[in-house]
Amino acid sequence: MTANDSRGQPETAAPAIELKGISKAFGPVQANKDISIRVMPGTIHGIIGENGAGKSTLMSILYGFYKADAGEIFIAGRKANITDSQAAIAAGIGMVFQHFKLVENFTVLENIILGAEDGWKLRPSLNKARKSLVELAKDYGLNVEPDALVQDIGVGMQQRVEILKALYRQADILILDEPTGVLTPAEADQLFRILGRLRSEGKTIILITHKLREIMEITDTVSVMRRGEMTATVQTAETSPAELAELMVGRKVLLRVDKTPATPGEVVLDVKNLKVVDDKGVERLRGINLNVRAGEVLGIAGVAGNGQSELLEVLGGYQDGTGEVRVNGQLIDLTGKKSDGQSRRARGIAHVPEDRQREGLIMEYQAWENTAFGYHRDPAYKSGILMDNAAIRADTAEKMERFDVRPPNPRLEAKNFSGGNQQKLVLAREIERNPDLLLIGQPTRGVDIGAIEFIHQQIVALRDQGKAILLVSVELEEILALSDRIAVMFDGKIMGERLPDQTDEKELGLLMAGITDTDRDHSVEEVEANLAHAGGDTSKEV
Amino acid sequence: MDVMPKWAEVILVPLISLLLAAALSALVILAIGEDPVAAVKMMVTGALGSTYGWGYTLYYATNFMFTGLAVAIAFHARLFNIGGEGQAMLGGLGVALACLYIPWPHWSLALIGAAVMAGLFGAVWAAIPAWLQAKRGSHIVITTIMFNFIAAALLNYVLVNLLRPRGQMDPATARFPEATNLPTLHELLAPLGIEFSKSAPANVSFLVAVAACFVLWVLIWRTRLGYEIRAYGHSESAAKYAGISPVRITMIAMIISGALAGMMAINNVMGEAERLVLNSTEGAGFIGIAVALMGRSHPLGVFFSAILFGFLYQGGAELALWTSIPRELIVVIQALVILFTGALDNMVRMPLERFFLMVRTPPKPERKPVEPAE
Amino acid sequence: MDYMTLIQLLDSTVRLATPLLLACLAGLFSERAGIFDIGLEGKMLAAAFFSAAVASLTGSVWIGLLAGIAASMSLAALHGVASITFRGNQLISGVAINFLAAGLTVLIAQDWFSQGGRTPSLMGGARFEGITLPGADAIADVPVIGPLYAELISGHSILVYMAFAAVPLTWWLLYRTRFGLRLRAVGENPAAVDTAGVSVVGLRYAAVAICGVLCGIAGAYLSTALQAGFVKDMSAGRGFIALAALIFAKWRPWYALWATLLFGLFGALETRPDVIENVIGFKVQGQLLGALPYLMTVVILAGFVGKAIPPRAGGEPYVKER
Repeated sequence: MTANDSRGQPETAAPAIELKGISKAFGPVQANKDISIRVMPGTIHGIIGENGAGKSTLMSILYGFYKADAGEIFIAGRKANITDSQAAIAAGIGMVFQHFKLVENFTVLENIILGAEDGWKLRPSLNKARKSLVELAKDYGLNVEPDALVQDIGVGMQQRVEILKALYRQADILILDEPTGVLTPAEADQLFRILGRLRSEGKTIILITHKLREIMEITDTVSVMRRGEMTATVQTAETSPAELAELMVGRKVLLRVDKTPATPGEVVLDVKNLKVVDDKGVERLRGINLNVRAGEVLGIAGVAGNGQSELLEVLGGYQDGTGEVRVNGQLIDLTGKKSDGQSRRARGIAHVPEDRQREGLIMEYQAWENTAFGYHRDPAYKSGILMDNAAIRADTAEKMERFDVRPPNPRLEAKNFSGGNQQKLVLAREIERNPDLLLIGQPTRGVDIGAIEFIHQQIVALRDQGKAILLVSVELEEILALSDRIAVMFDGKIMGERLPDQTDEKELGLLMAGITDTDRDHSVEEVEANLAHAGGDTSKEV
Repeated sequence: MDVMPKWAEVILVPLISLLLAAALSALVILAIGEDPVAAVKMMVTGALGSTYGWGYTLYYATNFMFTGLAVAIAFHARLFNIGGEGQAMLGGLGVALACLYIPWPHWSLALIGAAVMAGLFGAVWAAIPAWLQAKRGSHIVITTIMFNFIAAALLNYVLVNLLRPRGQMDPATARFPEATNLPTLHELLAPLGIEFSKSAPANVSFLVAVAACFVLWVLIWRTRLGYEIRAYGHSESAAKYAGISPVRITMIAMIISGALAGMMAINNVMGEAERLVLNSTEGAGFIGIAVALMGRSHPLGVFFSAILFGFLYQGGAELALWTSIPRELIVVIQALVILFTGALDNMVRMPLERFFLMVRTPPKPERKPVEPAE
Repeated sequence: MDYMTLIQLLDSTVRLATPLLLACLAGLFSERAGIFDIGLEGKMLAAAFFSAAVASLTGSVWIGLLAGIAASMSLAALHGVASITFRGNQLISGVAINFLAAGLTVLIAQDWFSQGGRTPSLMGGARFEGITLPGADAIADVPVIGPLYAELISGHSILVYMAFAAVPLTWWLLYRTRFGLRLRAVGENPAAVDTAGVSVVGLRYAAVAICGVLCGIAGAYLSTALQAGFVKDMSAGRGFIALAALIFAKWRPWYALWATLLFGLFGALETRPDVIENVIGFKVQGQLLGALPYLMTVVILAGFVGKAIPPRAGGEPYVKER
């Protein structure tokens, strides 16, 4: 398909990037299937798709991180043989990875010159980089503190260092992989302004994301990926979010969850002045007050890293805290021997953790062993001094059937299930325990669309049984769809509570950036300063 | 994603590693101008051709079972206990104290008492690095190495200055009293009408070691503690989530590990030497690493590889006796086994995985693997 | 304790610290690049044997030194293949290398020389002799600085001076060159190096190779300078003391110098119990002194006195993130 470029480039210009028939398999998994794509110079090209659609793999191939099994790459009309990152850099490609590739205890300057030094002596390279950093800052508005250690600056700043790294290497093509995952909405806007400026300077940008809003807001063209295949490439101006969503998942999406209004009962979870200080002495929770009633879902919105994880951890019993936490009116210990996952479960608290692969499951354990995980001291699973493995297996088979876990084989290791089925395994274990309070973090992260609906239905069903649910998610849509009340967290504090039908993404976004109603007329500078803080920024913004 | 069938994982990979180690060892023998086939024949005759040979093979195997299990249980908690040697030395001290200072009426009681003391001393010696790892984050591999040297210095001091009888020159304790001498396999098998060599050192400790293999199998695969140890070994973050205390598991796994390494002393100190000498462990603590690696940390695997190493040790001693091949050949073989089954595991595994990927049937559609990328 | 005794003590401190320092710097290069190396001991031992054996056969200590370095580098290459190419467990690989060296040296020594795992005693050009620095004889009789220069500073073998020169060289290489920047980066975050278009594998092999060279010199020093010939297990745990010194030094070159000198002093004192008794007034057991480096390292590791934080990517094989 010919890109009718919206930015007035002549149609005959060679594409900045052209991929032809790219395929890549990881073992038995086909991550990319015969993918072709053209990106015109001076445009922002979006690539959108669900988690696992193969977007990152495709871009890693373009950056020489993986070798494609088949296919060709053309840069500015010439066939390029990109065998490694070095070749990609030489071809003028720069990449900002989702997880930054920075050396934490190096300075910003050292990170920028790493791999792009001039000569074997370090001094001249550093001096040269310092000079050109000043110019880059002037040209693109990318200010950084060159001598700050990367570990001391916030994520927003670190991302800026990554962009500078690419520009310092004279990249004409910039690939950004899910750049807004760790940013607040307004911080993301700031990033988009920078990208806009880069485009006007003639740079070509590829933006990988799974967020429709970003695609609509900034891209010129957009390609949609599904299950390793490129399903369409369209002009952004000629499409709609609904059309893109359909292309992404292959059928109409149910954006809202069917549910009746909540009928809240007694307070189940009552949290007063809850504080958490981490190993480094940083206060992660700074006096949280909240409560969750029976039969309601309290959604916690916020940018990742503002204390939501610590809140779940301290309530789940594996992070020490101070303050008062009551469950069904009874005080629970927040430190010491009686504060661990086991004693929380005994109090009727079940927990579906944010990261099922790191916390919720033992990937090398079989499904039945995972079903006992955390409940392995349950007397029902005991026979004499030994574990009653047969009983656990029988129990697992039942749970797998009720939660439609496929394949329903209790002896399959957890790593061999898909993301959605792994999550169902965790849900089955926690929900079937009939808890009074369910803590649930990022319930649908990395889960396919069919499983998302199922999981959302289970959460609502549990609420309707009169259970209290504390939901943490960084997906605002999910929070809005599931919650009966929404609390917004920022910098370890609750910024405010809203009712889902009396608020919108914009208001929540402001709260997520630490701006409350009362100070709405603050200047742009103050908002931005606050945002830098939301990313945990401690360095001075120049 | 599982590419290889279970049997290949459990049998084929270690077998190929072992064959590689054997082939290289044969090359070494060739290189020093000896005949590998003749050497193997001599080893087999020497180690397995007589009850005398078997007696030594099983004696060594007993040591290696204890130290191999010690390394294996720590491996399950993803802890590398390289300090089996020091823990076994301390175990020897425990045995010596128990045998020298408590008037035991019968060997069976002495065995229990000595085993408890050996286990206790070994456990304490492992518990300190464990505590430092769990509470202070000190790398347990380094601390256990350091504790091997500290144990050697301590034992040297104790033997030279405290336990050495007056007038004796060599740094060793006095002989243990008669009542603590353990029955050899000769004495145990005689009532059953089986003729077993009188002069071989294999003794009742062998049975204790076999029992330890079984008990450890039950512990690891059938108890809640074993479940917790394995869970912690696979994922510390998940263990914390489930309420499994990393500190507790680290301590318990290392205490069990140290106790097992220490209990080796009932074999070499109480069963064979019948007194405590310097360097009584003869590197058995390190051989435990090879044994555990080859046995894939499974007690049954440890049992078999301990017997194999027992055979190598006895066979190697015979070689040294009758040929010009020094005993150090065994050290080389041991190094190669550690190298291939441990460090170069992927070298064996990667081609095998490729092979199985080629021949396997396409996966069932519902068995969707973990997504790549993102 | 008189002045001459002190000079003698410090002199043997320097002699004993030299192999520790070389091995410690060897470990520093490897571990700074993210490859743990508990096989320093084995590499030293192999180098000790091959340098003594080849020096004895050729009569040239320099050819011996090269042979020792080659032997050490072969084992380093093995460690590299296991831990870089095949992403095996670096600790287990180190253990294997230690045993391989312990076994092979005796095996080959027996085959070549039939002297029960030793080499013949080295004489003349097959040994590194002490070098008398210019003017040492002339000022030897000057009080205080005379003996200091003539006895302590002058009179060591060339390898001793090389070891001490290696300290500033290492520092300069690590902190003032491109190679050093990349080396430190690969030990902290290999993904950053990889995405910057620099080969992680290449850097790590380079680090392991440097480690091999330095261990080779350390081993050669043992058998051709400190002693005159190879005997079974002659490295005697020095590789582990060097490892302890590396932790003690928090993976830094200048600290490594002080740490190894301190541990060298313990070694020197072990042979002079009379000196300790004179100085502190009571007898200290030699065994305790021998264990002191290990005890001190445990204390440092425990973080009771200044926490030692190893390079962040240390011990982890680099796998591209999927």
